Amino acid sequence: MSPAPLLSVQDLKVHFDVTRKRLFGGTPAIVKAVDGVTFDLKPGETLGLVGESGCGKSTLGRAVLRLLPATAGRVVWLGEDLHSLDHAEMQQKRRDMQIIFQDPLASLNPRMTVGQIIAEPLSVFNPDLSGTEVKNRVRQMMAKVGLLPNQINRYPHEFSGGQAQRIGIARAMINNPRMIVCDEPVSALDVSIQAQIVNLLMDLQHEMGMSLIFISHNLSVVRHISHRVMVLYLGKVMEIADRDSIYANPLHPYTQALNSAVPIPDPDLERQKDRIVLKGDLPSPLNPPSGCPFRTRCPRATEICAQIMPDLLPAGPTHHVACHHAGPRER
Amino acid sequence: MSVADITLASQPEVKGRSLWADARHRFLRNKAAVSSLVIFCIIVIACFGAPYFGLRAPDDINWELESWGPPNLELGYWLGTDGNNRDLFVRLLYGGQVSLLVGFTATMVSLVIGVIWGATAGFLGGRVDGFMMRIVDILYSIPFIFFVIMLTVVFGRHITLIYIAIGAVSWLDMARIVRGQTISIRRREFIEAAEASGVSRWRIITRHIIPNCLGPVVVYVTLTVPNVILIESFISFLGMGVQEPDSSWGTLVSEAAVVMEIAPWAIIGTGSMLAITLLSLNFIGDGLRDALDPRDR
Repeated sequence: MSPAPLLSVQDLKVHFDVTRKRLFGGTPAIVKAVDGVTFDLKPGETLGLVGESGCGKSTLGRAVLRLLPATAGRVVWLGEDLHSLDHAEMQQKRRDMQIIFQDPLASLNPRMTVGQIIAEPLSVFNPDLSGTEVKNRVRQMMAKVGLLPNQINRYPHEFSGGQAQRIGIARAMINNPRMIVCDEPVSALDVSIQAQIVNLLMDLQHEMGMSLIFISHNLSVVRHISHRVMVLYLGKVMEIADRDSIYANPLHPYTQALNSAVPIPDPDLERQKDRIVLKGDLPSPLNPPSGCPFRTRCPRATEICAQIMPDLLPAGPTHHVACHHAGPRER
Repeated sequence: MSVADITLASQPEVKGRSLWADARHRFLRNKAAVSSLVIFCIIVIACFGAPYFGLRAPDDINWELESWGPPNLELGYWLGTDGNNRDLFVRLLYGGQVSLLVGFTATMVSLVIGVIWGATAGFLGGRVDGFMMRIVDILYSIPFIFFVIMLTVVFGRHITLIYIAIGAVSWLDMARIVRGQTISIRRREFIEAAEASGVSRWRIITRHIIPNCLGPVVVYVTLTVPNVILIESFISFLGMGVQEPDSSWGTLVSEAAVVMEIAPWAIIGTGSMLAITLLSLNFIGDGLRDALDPRDR
């Protein structure tokens, strides 16, 4: 029996009403950024969230933390639905959940020192802590994420992107949270720094044991850090599986196409690689295709795909896929 | 703990250089702004220190001299006399107390109310924002001079009314500026980070939003002060402001303007005092704008 999930997302929907308000009506328009997503997150687990730009990854991450309101569905955190809590109860839960952002510098208040930034979550939940105690904890945390503790009085603009992201990580970790949503934490960084940050996250996870929801469009990075991987397309889950099975044996044609696009760091192999090139662009989320959203670009699409959205069905002990024609890639 | 850790821990803390420190550095390199600041300080000290410099009293009438007499350096009447044979220069300094005080109090009122009102409306958004800004719009639509005339009709002429009237009107612009700033800051990621950390709304407004919109606010303050001084002068010019024997720059200019054909030195002296003050405040504002937001240069 697997341990009880830390977080259980059930049929979560986040829709945005983007109707242009006019004096007399106007055509109603709704973007279904997240449309019926279900998954569990176990303690200490890393779930990778991949998909193209605009597929709802970041929206999902924010709705899980209730930074965005859910249209329907439940986000169950240790048995309680976060979206049914009142504001004060939710504030209490925030001690255990944190977020790391894509743009490290934009996520730090330019008028505050590093020490003040990192200390903020700490002093919100421990208002009685003395100034020296707060400072000690901040210095320890800074050392842990690889920052020099004597730079505690510096301002964010005096740091490089990688260092700024370390500050963001220190802020997220200071309360020892049980879950952190990492919203593309490395995609704004230089490649050499990316590896440092990802390894830092893994080390800290190993040491402190929190769960991570790791959002990225970089499949190699996700493969490196995740235990399980979930593939999103236009707000719907296409495939969710253990890291090894989704990379070795992807069953959904979209996952296969994504996989084939990952560059191989060997020019000879890269040239021989049989790449699946998807036709067209991501359809407008304002007007998604009927049935399966991927059918307009899918090499295996048939009539049924236009009519019925396939359910997310088990295809193995830890492998679920939503496709009428799921199966290994034909060579 | 390794040797490296020990040496790191024992290193002194590095002092950071805040955006404010950067701005101060840039401001001090701006010659026009710094000299304006010096001139403005001299004017402020002269006006408020006037009672301690051993000058004549502002209501001291010298019957030996003619009214609207020319400058008389031997007797120390640097700008001549006014219509009642009083020292015009001394009256100008004492009048400055009223004008500058009106300028600063009204600006402080506009600063406090405007910043809190605008930041709250901008941060909460939606209906609260709509409601709060419609109140601003309604107050905006009241003609200012008409408002002042109504006040003086109801309560009689008193200088406090001028403070109230100007204060009540001047925060409206400030509220709009701060609201606009807040809306642009609200969507920034560090606000979301604070929300995710469980920081309360009030604390987000005071710790994250207000410090980040202070740049334009500081600039606008330096432009509000001369504006308010002008409004006070205008009201006094119309005869609804300061009453005899007190004076303000507005009343002095107004009196001198009547006799400018026979005593041009009076209007030149009073007018240039007003102009120098306003100009130096404007230069200070320009300097602050450049210092706080170097991209706009």
